Amino acid sequence: MIRILFASAVLFFVQINTATANQVRLAVTSSFHNSGLSDHLIPHVETDLKLDIQLVVVGTGQAIKLGQNGDVDAILVHSKPDEEEFVKTGFAKHRRQIMFNEYVILGPSTDPANIRLANSLLDAFRRLSKVKTNFVSRGDLSGTHKKEIEIWKKINFKPEKYGKNYLSVGSNMGKAINIAVAFNAYILSDKATWLNHKNKGNLIIQFEGDQLLHNQYSFLPISKKRHSHIKSKLVEKIEDWLVSEKSKNLINSYIIENKQVFTFNAN
Amino acid sequence: MNEILQGLAQAFWLIVSLDTELITISLRSLYVTLTALLVSTIIAFPLAALIVVTRFRFRRFVITILNALMGLPPVVVGLLVYILFSRSGPLGVLGLLYTTSAMIIAQAIIITPLITSVAHQSMQGLWADYRDLLISINTSKPQRIGTLMWDSRRALITACLAGFGRGIGEVGAIMIVGGNIDNATRVLTTAISLETSRGDFSLALALGFVLISLALSVSFATHWFGKTERGGLW
Repeated sequence: MIRILFASAVLFFVQINTATANQVRLAVTSSFHNSGLSDHLIPHVETDLKLDIQLVVVGTGQAIKLGQNGDVDAILVHSKPDEEEFVKTGFAKHRRQIMFNEYVILGPSTDPANIRLANSLLDAFRRLSKVKTNFVSRGDLSGTHKKEIEIWKKINFKPEKYGKNYLSVGSNMGKAINIAVAFNAYILSDKATWLNHKNKGNLIIQFEGDQLLHNQYSFLPISKKRHSHIKSKLVEKIEDWLVSEKSKNLINSYIIENKQVFTFNAN
Repeated sequence: MNEILQGLAQAFWLIVSLDTELITISLRSLYVTLTALLVSTIIAFPLAALIVVTRFRFRRFVITILNALMGLPPVVVGLLVYILFSRSGPLGVLGLLYTTSAMIIAQAIIITPLITSVAHQSMQGLWADYRDLLISINTSKPQRIGTLMWDSRRALITACLAGFGRGIGEVGAIMIVGGNIDNATRVLTTAISLETSRGDFSLALALGFVLISLALSVSFATHWFGKTERGGLW
């Protein structure tokens, strides 16, 4: 019995010690992963830099929390106001823009709120607020959820007034789309996740192409001043890689259903 | 309905083609839960026996608490373990967050009360029969505990299987403390959750079938090695 205990204790600590040297942990937003871009990009970063990159896939809100606690070395998220706050409070060294894609409004193919005829995003949301047909909200303080809140605010409408057809589901993008499919509901989604999503049901893209639907992704290295164990040097290498020419080619060449989904815009 | 058939077919192919990723993930699932089970039994069995053979003031209270903790919500355990092992938490320096070790700790916390309660229940019945004998031949307390544990071994195996079942199918806690990191902490349940969020229901279901077969094989293996329901052995 004592031998077993001893052996497992040794195993336990060996495991802790081997798991360090070239390992970097990134908290990334779920759309980066659900869209399939991470599988397209990260293996290249790992072989080029000889790193072991561990992705923790969470919403932007949680990614920022993990960064604050020092549980990850850097975060890749998409919610500008939160990112700027994060840099201002000293948790991140800086904010580096990497790429963008766009949000779209998905809706049932019958389009009960007629948002297809809307001449702007705000008009589309106004139509939704009048018809009050099923609408699924992420409800998890992720970048996409923050975007939705921002749009409701712009048209001076409180989602609480929407009534019981406003479904705040508190799930990641993919699971929220599954729910929207089940309820034949409208939902705000990033385009990449939608194109890569397998369970599309009766939903189609009903509105896209407004300035406000721009979705910027940024890379924020966690400051060593706050958490001394952060692997700043390795994170710097990753950042340099992400803004490189190779990264640009890989991001711009990521195609789903014959469409380019992300556009590189680092400077 | 069609998805269930597709899932079954896909599960079949994943298993026959010995998909490397599937094998790694399954082995990791087994490693995490079996280790957690080992840790739990080391704590739970002696503890259960001790509660059976000793009389102390808060005995009933302790048993009630243990029984209640059988329903410990994994997601809360996950959150507590996360807060403990987060870099800003009290045990952050160990750097255990997002490793299989953290997942093992979380699962051990979840299944220990369950195993203790089941083990206690079976040994309690045995103790009613053995008590007078064991006391009359003047055994020491460790001897009594040993006898109880050995003679209720079949029930203890059942307790282990219950614990294993709760651990292997658990997703709430290990998602939080493990992070579902590819090639590091991804196990069957978290992979199922991931595929569901990608809308790939048939693959998610295929993984689900693999998980069920894994649980079945463990149960079969236990009974085969334990030679239960065979002549001459009880």
